Amino acid sequence: MLNDKDRIFRNLYNDLGSDFESARKRGDWSNTKEICEKGKDWIINEIKLSELRGRGGAGFPTGLKWSFAPKEVGSRPHYLVINADESEPGTCKDRDILRFEPHKLIEGCLLASYAVNVHTCYIYIRGEYYNEGQKLQKAIDEAYENKVIGENASGTGWDFDIYIHYGAGAYICGEETALLESLEGKKGQPRLKPPFPALIGLYGCPTIINNVETIAVVPTILRRGGEWFSKLGKPKNTGTKIFCISGNVNNPCNVEEEMGVPLKDLIETHAGGVIGGWDNLQAVIPGGSSMPLLPKKTCDTITMDFDSLMTEKSGLGTAGIVVINKDQDIIKCMARIARFYKHESCGQCTPCREGSGWMWRMLERMAKGEASRDEVDMLMDVTKQIEGHTICAFGEGSSWPVQGLLRHFKDEIKKRNKFDPIVKDNKNIPYLVDQHLLDKNA
Amino acid sequence: MTLRKISKEQPDNFEFTEENLNEVNKIIKKYPEGKKQSAVMSLLYLAQKQNDNWIPLSAMKYIGKLLEMPYVKVYEVATFYTMYNLTPVGKNFIQVCTTTPCMIRGAYKLVEACKEKISENENEFVKEKNCSWMEVECLGACINAPMMQINDDYYEDLDKEKTLKILDQIISGKKPEPGSYRGRLNSEPENNRKTLLDIKNA
Repeated sequence: MLNDKDRIFRNLYNDLGSDFESARKRGDWSNTKEICEKGKDWIINEIKLSELRGRGGAGFPTGLKWSFAPKEVGSRPHYLVINADESEPGTCKDRDILRFEPHKLIEGCLLASYAVNVHTCYIYIRGEYYNEGQKLQKAIDEAYENKVIGENASGTGWDFDIYIHYGAGAYICGEETALLESLEGKKGQPRLKPPFPALIGLYGCPTIINNVETIAVVPTILRRGGEWFSKLGKPKNTGTKIFCISGNVNNPCNVEEEMGVPLKDLIETHAGGVIGGWDNLQAVIPGGSSMPLLPKKTCDTITMDFDSLMTEKSGLGTAGIVVINKDQDIIKCMARIARFYKHESCGQCTPCREGSGWMWRMLERMAKGEASRDEVDMLMDVTKQIEGHTICAFGEGSSWPVQGLLRHFKDEIKKRNKFDPIVKDNKNIPYLVDQHLLDKNA
Repeated sequence: MTLRKISKEQPDNFEFTEENLNEVNKIIKKYPEGKKQSAVMSLLYLAQKQNDNWIPLSAMKYIGKLLEMPYVKVYEVATFYTMYNLTPVGKNFIQVCTTTPCMIRGAYKLVEACKEKISENENEFVKEKNCSWMEVECLGACINAPMMQINDDYYEDLDKEKTLKILDQIISGKKPEPGSYRGRLNSEPENNRKTLLDIKNA
């Protein structure tokens, strides 16, 4: 288990208070000026040294992303955008950072902005997190009052402003280019990449987009050194991460742990075990709903980091762990996830807009045992036709969970859906095409 | 994609109050010059708040003029995002999360409670109770499942009985306390905390 002194988010459960003074006692804002004086290159290098990977789902190296921004500010200003549009089912880590550690986020924004030449930062919060947004706004106001942001922020000579922008209930706005569209006051439909936002982003200006958790760990990394961070976890999968453990466990919770912690440890130690015991475990969704599920036998040994989950054809994603025990109907669970994606598809690309609905309807029928035997393979075919044929990664996000279900629970589906599509006697089902062949009077 | 329907009964006029107009100016200042359009989402929220929790077409036209953007662009935004209510929903708008993490912890029991106390169908505005309910997708409080949102507040760690009680209070015009209904501290593991104990006990 991670040592308490290596935990970055010491106020994850709000024992200490989230206001400026309490945050200061925890070490936030203590030597921001000195860190900035070490220079922009030093900051970016230290982040590269820490091997911090983005915490929003894709796991892209943060230091590398920052170095894509133009070194000099040209005719267009640079922007920093924080993605707090946390809507992935199973994930609720950013909510606690916004509520209880807002000053870590604000300080991280300042340091990141200083490193990539940004004067204006927008934080895009999902509309449902209205109260969390108000808390963050209060923290921003406090920061302005204490002159740590604003003109000459923290005495660094750098002018820096933060604004909050509320979303309005669209999951797709968590995709970075859709988020930019939404910030520009349009409907949130993703843009084609390239050009990448680091060169042409918000209002056509160079823009760096990072997840809340990524930015919130930056100040601590810079204080304690990139090397400290890189020593935690596993090679290439370094540092700590907030895991959200939900579903059929005795004590669902958020907990900060080292990367590469065994999944079984996480569930047994922190979440109080699976309801009905470990043997009652059916499957685990390891990284938010868009990552393929893992069957029990994989869960026994798997460690939670980007690379080992990748070898199991799944992914760490946002580290939202959803535990499903044997009391649940796994097909129904996945059908509900498919319904989520059908609801949230932005409608821009045909394969995703139509396919997400198909997958949902097929899975609903499969849960009831009304699908024919052939449809199991047909469903796989549908997912393959969505995956990779869309502008953004939503296509993958919606088809991967279904593929995961088919990979590990195909027998279960087949057992329930034995219905033979070839018609042997007249069933009076008008949509079966070869029914006319049975008509003896013809 | 979701089907969004516009209310059949539309008021003829909509204008922001003096107080909200000041707010509008503050919001527009957040964005760079010439990028007024960015303010459209916040302005739609303001209109929704001013007009009993829903946005009439006249408000969209009005906001279009205010931000110097075509009406259809405002309409596009208002119909794309699901948090803008295009029909009356009442003073208390109840949203029950039923996505998988909530579902496997019994979110449909909450739906039953809503059906008993408010109306048989979702999205049905009950005038005498001044509220309506609907099923929504993940609200991002999965470790506090099952949960529901009433206006801006989250009610977490619920079961059917607790939901019935909350709904009773809401209908009788009271405002129940938001947060966890099992008395746990935010997102900590109940009775099983292993981390940061020195801070907790300090």
